[in-house]
Parts: sequence; C-alpha cells; structure tokens
Amino acid sequence: MKTLGELAEVIRSKNAGPFIVTFDILFETEEVFEAVRSAGLLSRQAVCGLYGVSDNELLGFDFYPFARAVKFSLRRPVGSGGPRDADVYGAQQHAPLLDLAVLP
Amino acid sequence: MIEQKRGDEFVVVSNGMLGYGFREESLRDAVAAGVDLIACDAGSSDPGPYYLGTGKPFVGDAMILRDLRLMVQAGADAGVPLIIGSAGGAGGDGQVDHLLTLLGRVMEELGLDRKVAVLRSELDRGTVRAAVEEGRVRMFETGAELTVEDVDAAAHIVAQVGPESYFRALAGKPDILVVGRAWDVSNIAALPLMQGRDRGLALHMGKILECGSLAARPTGGGDLILGRLRDDHFIVEPTHPEKACTEASVSAHTFYEKSDPVMLAGPGGSVDLRRTRFDQIDPRRIRVSGSAFREAERYTVKLEGARLAGHRALTVGGARDPAFIRSIDTIQEAVRDKIRETQEGFIDPSQYSITFHRYGLDGVMGAWEPNRQAAHELGILIDVVAETPEIAEAVCGLARSTILHVPFEGRRATAGNIAFPFSPAEIPAGPVYEFNIYHLMEIDEPESFGRLEWLQ
Repeated sequence: MKTLGELAEVIRSKNAGPFIVTFDILFETEEVFEAVRSAGLLSRQAVCGLYGVSDNELLGFDFYPFARAVKFSLRRPVGSGGPRDADVYGAQQHAPLLDLAVLP
Repeated sequence: MIEQKRGDEFVVVSNGMLGYGFREESLRDAVAAGVDLIACDAGSSDPGPYYLGTGKPFVGDAMILRDLRLMVQAGADAGVPLIIGSAGGAGGDGQVDHLLTLLGRVMEELGLDRKVAVLRSELDRGTVRAAVEEGRVRMFETGAELTVEDVDAAAHIVAQVGPESYFRALAGKPDILVVGRAWDVSNIAALPLMQGRDRGLALHMGKILECGSLAARPTGGGDLILGRLRDDHFIVEPTHPEKACTEASVSAHTFYEKSDPVMLAGPGGSVDLRRTRFDQIDPRRIRVSGSAFREAERYTVKLEGARLAGHRALTVGGARDPAFIRSIDTIQEAVRDKIRETQEGFIDPSQYSITFHRYGLDGVMGAWEPNRQAAHELGILIDVVAETPEIAEAVCGLARSTILHVPFEGRRATAGNIAFPFSPAEIPAGPVYEFNIYHLMEIDEPESFGRLEWLQ
C-alpha cells in the first residue's frame, strides 16, 4: 500500500482565478505515473470522496502524460478574499490527497 | 553564463513580480548577452479583491523602487523597451498613477529622460453597462451572468488587455510602456507578435516566463527568467547560475494556476499544447516546440470588478476544554441565536454575517475537510462583516462575550469558555471587498482597446 504522499513529487492546490481552486499532482518518473494511473485508485470517485463533492462539481479530472501529472479543479464555495473565505490563495487545500492510497 | 543573442531570435528577460526582487547580476548578464525586451508583471488577482476595490498596492514602494531602478537603467543601457503590466497590482487608474509617480522619481534619480507610454484599462461603469445590455458579456467562472446591478455596485472595473492592445503604443516606440490590468502573457508576447512571430509560440513563451524563475529549479529565491523565441521553437533558461530549467520544471509550470493545462485560454483564442514538446537541450535549458494558436470566434477580454462587501471586526481566542470542543457546532448556533434575540429591533441579522473559523478542526478547509477529528485545542477566529464598522464591532463584541459565557452540555468550567490573548479582544479590520465581476467581454477592435497616453 502506497500513498500519494509517498509517491508524488508535488501535490499542490492554488487559485486559478478567484473562483476556482486547481490541484496538481506531479510524479518524478513515468514509471510511477503509469503505475498510479493503471492502478485506478486515484480516480474521480476517490477525489469526490475526499473533498465531499459530487461528480458534477469536480472539474476536469485528468491524467497528463506529457507532464507526468494529474490535475483537477473545484469551484470555490466563496470567492477568494471575500467574506467567509478561509484561504485567499487556495494554497492549503491539498492535504487530504497526501494520505490517499493509490497503489495496492 | 548566458549565451550571446543570435541574430534571428527575439530575446526577452522577464521579472515575474515587480518589487519581489531579483539578483542584480542576473539582469546585468542578460542585458550584456543581448535582449530585445525587458518585461515585468506587476499585478495579480491572487492577493484578493481588496486591492482592486481600494486601489491600494500590495507591494511596498521601497521594494518597487528597487526593482524599477535596476530595470529602467538596464533598459536605457541596452536601448530596449521596458514593459510593465498590471501596474500597481490590480491595474486600476489610481494604481497606474501611483506607479507613474514612482517611475518619475526613479527617472529623476537616475537622470534619465525616457519616453513613456501609458495604456489604461480601467473601464467606466457606463461602458460595461452598455456591454451587458448589448449582450456582449459572457458568464465565466462565477457561475452567474453579469447584471447591470453588479456593474453599478463595483468600486472599480478593469479589463485584462491582450497583446494586440499593446500594438498601438508599441508603434510609437516607447522606452517604457506602463499598462493597467493586463493578461500577464501580453507583456512578453506583444512585441514579438507585432514583429510577426508565431502566435502560439509567443503566447506559450509568455505563459511560461510570466512568473519569472518559478519555471526553474530550485524555486526558492525569486529571480528573472529568459526566453529566446525562434522560428519554430523557443528556449527557456534561468538567469541565475544556480538554477536550472528542466523538462519537469517547465512542464509543471505549464500547469500552474490554470484549470486547463492543454488549452491555455486568453484574449482572442487559446494556445493548444496537445502537440507541445519539452526537450532538455543542456542541463539548464529547455526547448519548447509544437504549441499552436487556435483562434476564438470572438475576441474577448476578462473583466474584473470588486465591490464593497462590508466592514470587518474580528476576534481570536482559544478553547482547551474537551466538552466545549465536542459541542462547538451547537455553541456557534447558540451564539448566533443569542445575538439575534438580544438585538431584536436594533440590529437585523441581514446587516451582518458571522463566520467561525475553527483552527484545529476545519478552519483551513471548511466543508472540504474530510478529517472531522478535532485537535485537543481549537483556535477560534470570529469574523464579523457588517454594513457599517460600528455594527461589525458591536456584533463582534457580542459574539465575544456570548461565546465566553454560553452554557453547553457537560460544562464544568463556569467562569469562561475561551482564552482570549488580547485586550481589547475585538479588532476592527477595515473594509472588505469581494470580486463581483469576473466575466468575459467581447470586443471588436482589440488594437484600439484601452486608453493610450504619452508622457514626456
């Protein structure tokens, strides 16, 4: 059992404009990227489960071989820096991904 | 060591954020090797709507002056233009004026008399209202259509201008071009595009260079970055001798801060990266090829507007009692109810909002937090945003005294529920803005968009 935290080189979240937070998971080698991809545990369902969102709220979940990366985005509950926001830069929303088991 | 500029290439050295600093030798070495342009981004929507709403800069004058001195002098030494986009942070007219004041000081200090063009992109409400009424404004990532009411409520509205809007200014051969809110790519791509170079490559190069050395490793210690645009590819290289651009660093940066990493949307169309290749040509440099421009049906610019959302007062305290921590959800509701009841007839709940940020439970992630296990102590930030500063402070004070004494299940400590670190516990925190416009506006003639001025 291996988690994303053990396998990925970069796991980050960041604003993509004031209304979207985008998540990047980058792998160092093609081998690890392909292993994670074919294991199928890093999936739309897994991400939806982690963030408590429904499938139609998850934007653009995809694997990008050219960058050995996985990317998805979420619409923010409130706009960046407005009332009730808790993370103006959106840079601390990645942590639940660290413990996701992605290889059996 | 930076290689000498070749005759057939367009070389740009880029500063990712005016005032965030760079290594002085980096600029000197780049200029010595030959550059065609010094480009500099000076803004972002990242620090939030406050800066657009108030017109205040988010980088201090002293830091801006330091970068400006070096870049203005380098531009004069090399005899190449300096382009600064998103002046003042959010790019509103007042922020552009502030940057021009600083620029004037720098030119005087350096004894330089440079030809300065200014392209402003703040829009008056009438212009945007007309666009809404003519159906030229499209919904974007807010999930809501723009209304005339939104336009009227905005304190400032700016448009992110594309590179085509720079052409008119650049045709007049300015030494320095200062632009209001700009698509960050424009600062780098406008001049090569005007010279007829490949659109897909020029825009993609702009996208990679616009954050400065963030596309190089190691990322710590911001610096400049250099791009060489050639006929069928471009090269990205760091100006810092200890940094390197690698396949991973450059392709990873292609992902940064954007939701679609293979179609980079901007004014006029998108850069299609599906056939892009990133090749390591030596340990420090990457060659990028294959990026293609796909023209959109209509040319659009992104509008940004911020409106006053209210005035803030806040208080911070800590809870250590396990029974209190277990009951935090019901305690919050009790605090809200109590304030509503005691203020009936005086302050209406529609005049304020109270947000409890519960650090140690879900303060960072809110509803997205999957781990609902509370820590042994909670930091509680009570954030009140209200119609007036007086209401914000009154409600915040009530929230403070109520949460201090509100009863809850299993309470043994009847003297007070929260440890407040400060006296007074409430902090008035000024006006709060929110982005209420983030939409796309169709324009017919990008080349004549924006207001151009010349300064002597």
